[in-house]
Amino acid sequence: MSHSLSSSIPGFAPAPAAIPVRAVLPWAAFGVVLALALLYFVGAEQGATSLISGHAVHEFVHDGRHLLGFPCH
Amino acid sequence: MTGVTFWASPATDGGSSLMAGRLLARGMVAGVIAACLAFLFARIFGEPQVNLAIAFEAAQDATAGMAPEPELVSRAVQATFGLLVASLMYGAAYGGIYAVVFAFAYGRMGRISPRALALLLAGAGFLTFVLIPGLKYPPNPPGIGHPDTIQLRTATYFEVIALSVCVMAIAILVGRRLALRLGAWNATLCGVGLFVVLTALMQATAPDINEVPANFPAVVLWRFREAAIGMQIVLWSALGLIFGPLAAAVLAPKTGGRRLAR
Ligand SMILES: [Zn+2]
Repeated sequence: MSHSLSSSIPGFAPAPAAIPVRAVLPWAAFGVVLALALLYFVGAEQGATSLISGHAVHEFVHDGRHLLGFPCH
Repeated sequence: MTGVTFWASPATDGGSSLMAGRLLARGMVAGVIAACLAFLFARIFGEPQVNLAIAFEAAQDATAGMAPEPELVSRAVQATFGLLVASLMYGAAYGGIYAVVFAFAYGRMGRISPRALALLLAGAGFLTFVLIPGLKYPPNPPGIGHPDTIQLRTATYFEVIALSVCVMAIAILVGRRLALRLGAWNATLCGVGLFVVLTALMQATAPDINEVPANFPAVVLWRFREAAIGMQIVLWSALGLIFGPLAAAVLAPKTGGRRLAR
């Protein structure tokens, strides 16, 4: 294998330029928090815990909750 | 996607931050489109099994002399609009997480095209967020879980996903480290081996939960789980295939035409 010019992983040609970590980090935090909030409402609200009283949210997303693999009843 | 530039921190260059923001937005869009396809699959193959399970549950309640549960949201709405909205939220959420991972991985996983990396990461996402947790705690139709154990089942479900993410991250980081010494092929094999061992350890130590009633129809349970896994395969493969070209367009240099001329 000839990879003497490559500063990246041996066996690969030089990698394309990565996006700097500190440019991704704010977006990563924003995206992950948003994703967790969405997953919470699909998967756990009015099940294990409840921010909104009643069962309307649970019943509305009920079939999705079961088919997407979240624990339900 | 407007307002993206305002997020650029002064410490980083605006172009990179803009790129990361656009990748996140496109990941969520790809997730929403993929979720529409997954919804269609679930509507056709999943809903009949959900209805059979609910019929079984109602029959059990009737023989036990329990009154039928009141419907706050009609079954028709749950099976259509409710399922669609749940799928879209799920698709947008995992589309976003997936795009964040893509933004970190691009350029750090050797020379691989954006489209190929998109597909590879979609496969890894399916494995990490769906298949490995699902092998321990498979999706269940209505009429199976006890209401008293919902806290425990929800906690263990999210824990096993978190552990699965850790196992995948450890395997990839160790594999990348070893690549410098062993070369890409052997390092990948070592990473996969480590992943299998850690996954087996995790699966063996997580508590077992079995609440399937003894007389629950086995075929309904199997068909439901088939539909659930099929829905996820549709979602993740569509996510990878749709996000690839979208990401490639973000990452392509703006001066592509001039580059060819040089
Ligand atoms: Zn349920």
